[in-house]
Amino acid sequence: MALLKINKLTKEFGGLKAVANFNIEINDGELIGLIGPNGAGKTTAFNLMTGVYEPTSGEMLFDGKSLVGLKPYEVTQRGIARTFQNIRLFSDLSVLDNVKIAYHFHVKYGLWESVLRVGRYYSEEDMIEQKAMECLKMFKLDDRRDEIAKNLPYGEQRRLEIARALAAQPKLLLLDEPAAGMNPQETHELMEMIRWIRDELKLTILLIEHDMSLVMGVCERIYVLDYGSIIADGTPAEIRNNPCVIEAYLGEEVC
Amino acid sequence: MEASSLTQQFFQQLINGISLGSIYALIALGYTMVYGIIRLINFAHGDIYMLGAYAGYFATTFFKMSFFPALIFSMVVASTVGMLIERLAYRPLRGAPKIAILITAIGVSLLLEYGGMILVTPQPRTFPELFSTATYNFMGLVVNSQQIVILVVSLALMFILTYVVNHTKVGKAMRAVSFDTDAARLMGINVDRIISFTFAIGSSLAAAAGILVGIYYNSIDPLMGIMPGLKAFVAAVLGGIGVIPGAMVGGVLLGVIEALVSGFLSSTFRDAAAFIILIVILLFRPAGLFGKNIREKV
Amino acid sequence: MKRDLMGIVGAVALYALLMGLIESEVIGAFWQLNIVLICINIILAVSLNLITGFTGQFSIGHAGFMAVGAYLSAVFTVKLGLPYIVGILAGAAGAAILGFAIGLPTLRLKGDYLAIATLGLGEIIRITILNIPYVGGASGLMGIPRYTTFTWAFFLMVITVLFIKNFINSSHGRACISIRENEIAAEAMGVDTTKYKVIAFTIGATFAGVAGGLFSHYFYIAHPASFTFMKSFDILTMVVLGGMGSITGSITTAILLTYISAELASYPEWRMVIYALLLIVLMIYRPQGLFGNKELSLKLFSRILGGGQRGAAENK
Repeated sequence: MALLKINKLTKEFGGLKAVANFNIEINDGELIGLIGPNGAGKTTAFNLMTGVYEPTSGEMLFDGKSLVGLKPYEVTQRGIARTFQNIRLFSDLSVLDNVKIAYHFHVKYGLWESVLRVGRYYSEEDMIEQKAMECLKMFKLDDRRDEIAKNLPYGEQRRLEIARALAAQPKLLLLDEPAAGMNPQETHELMEMIRWIRDELKLTILLIEHDMSLVMGVCERIYVLDYGSIIADGTPAEIRNNPCVIEAYLGEEVC
Repeated sequence: MEASSLTQQFFQQLINGISLGSIYALIALGYTMVYGIIRLINFAHGDIYMLGAYAGYFATTFFKMSFFPALIFSMVVASTVGMLIERLAYRPLRGAPKIAILITAIGVSLLLEYGGMILVTPQPRTFPELFSTATYNFMGLVVNSQQIVILVVSLALMFILTYVVNHTKVGKAMRAVSFDTDAARLMGINVDRIISFTFAIGSSLAAAAGILVGIYYNSIDPLMGIMPGLKAFVAAVLGGIGVIPGAMVGGVLLGVIEALVSGFLSSTFRDAAAFIILIVILLFRPAGLFGKNIREKV
Repeated sequence: MKRDLMGIVGAVALYALLMGLIESEVIGAFWQLNIVLICINIILAVSLNLITGFTGQFSIGHAGFMAVGAYLSAVFTVKLGLPYIVGILAGAAGAAILGFAIGLPTLRLKGDYLAIATLGLGEIIRITILNIPYVGGASGLMGIPRYTTFTWAFFLMVITVLFIKNFINSSHGRACISIRENEIAAEAMGVDTTKYKVIAFTIGATFAGVAGGLFSHYFYIAHPASFTFMKSFDILTMVVLGGMGSITGSITTAILLTYISAELASYPEWRMVIYALLLIVLMIYRPQGLFGNKELSLKLFSRILGGGQRGAAENK
């Protein structure tokens, strides 16, 4: 069964169709790319999936349950975590605290237990700290735990954002242009890391990317979005030779 | 009879409300222009209005000026003080967290209020009568000369302001800075000077409002700016903060609503009316009557 | 746990010291009054810091909740003849309920808009009270017995600080802080932002209610003029000057500002002028407040003494 199945998703902003008849299907464990020219509606599609925007029409099924109408935090609690195109860290907090916050909705102790410091408070706080450190270790950020997030170099901020998303323990990870602003060397490392995350954590990943080498190199299947609709999907090789895709990117009339 | 006396009272309150409201509108303009240009709620603005009233008081009592020279004098004094405040207190904080600037504005407000108390004593003063009070009756409604002066002067000032903002070079620069400060700077506009100018204009309008209130109520004191300042702010929000015509309409509307509430319900609820309007507007149409809603891009 | 115990032991020691000084009349009536005021101001500042400093929601209506606590507790003790503790709890509960009811619709607003909405609500609360003859209307509710003692004020202050400190250092507190840092990211991390904003606002309002109860039962009267938006500004000032998100900062400025006010009590106008100048100058030279979002602690002291390098880097 498909982990995420989106059918005829449409979003209009005052008459303008930012996303129209958007259909995708992602199976468990896949690593999928979503590409398209600037303004094609990729980020809008992400925002629809994560509940930032409410769709005008269409349906989205995740794990067999509808995502339509859920708030962003509810979507995350269902098991979809994301990163942002423009990094959104908790910039004045330490690296460790950034990750700790992602465990928030797994915490079982209540308000009174935290205030009176009784019950599960200590055991759960220890567990969160331990898990957060493990997560940081995976991303080689453990020696930066006390650094303030905004003081990290750019590449590490991007890594921290992915680490934080994973700490929410999602089934599906959405990455919005993870390689934006990276040099080829960093992009290559990121590629390795994304593949490793998927294999190691048995995740499903959907990523938006402009960097073709990254998308072609790492994704198993690619969807191409243009003017809000999916115009093609297939393996990297198929996409590379698809005339419609070439047209969308180069503007030539071949399709 | 009952119904006709109600309508009569309604129109009487309408007249009172419009003259009170045009004063709110004059103060609200300063709030709205400053907010439009640097996104600051200038809490000290109400105290500039107080300062204007005192400048007018001294101009007419010590320097024996008549109404118009006194009006000009106090507008000049207030715009100088307004520019000084911007230069000394707000400019060093450009780029600082919003709350820090807000606290500074509160500090400036307290400084003007209590500094004023030290300078001119906390006792209320009687504003000299600059016009012989005449009352005009028509169709059972009473209008006095002060109300006419308030209305004429405020309308004239608003007309001048609209002209300056829409048809002069500096007005165009103001609109540019308010629309996008960085782009305006790149286009060669001296942003700091435009901000100064905005403070000057806003302050002079508040000063005019101060004199007009002095004439209307005959009494001024160092804390007189607090409530009208807040109310004018509500008026600015009502019209859509940052929108100049909004402030004018918002001010008059608020004045009318207040007059009707105190006329038909109870004057103790008058102040509450303004704040209830504020809350309702903020919850249901935060951009105000004339503003546009904007949302953060994700 | 150990740190909490140490804190409590320290607080009890401080209490014993101050109590000794009061009993032996080294601290006279005037300073005793100001110590009680300091305790009340600490409660107000720390509780507002939870809303504004930690959760990032500007509120200029804290005096409104204080007013509810002041009046409601007095109604319970004076009109209904119930014990003081019942009055305090009722005042806190009333403020909490109102905080919840106001917070739920209002906290959708952001930044400036929220600030002015809370200012307006605070004034509406005050004007409403002003129009209730049962509690004395414009002349205030008089004849309130002085139940507030140094002991009451001190220990309620300690409870407030401990409560809010423990809340902040929990997953729930981190959820609140994440809202301040980046609301959209917080949502994306599974934080129900509306819920946590309302929780923070309600807790803050509750303790403002406690402070109100202490206040009216110390000064024999609950008067609408004590709870204007100027009082809300006062509290906000303490929070911002101390540092948004620093409990020790709020405590320090609450003590400092109350002390300065007391020293200048005989020159009321000069007091406000100096206060105003202090605000402006501090904001220009240190807009993040005295402590920023750092907490004052023994560790910090040793770091400063042991070489300022790291500390300096962090302040940047």
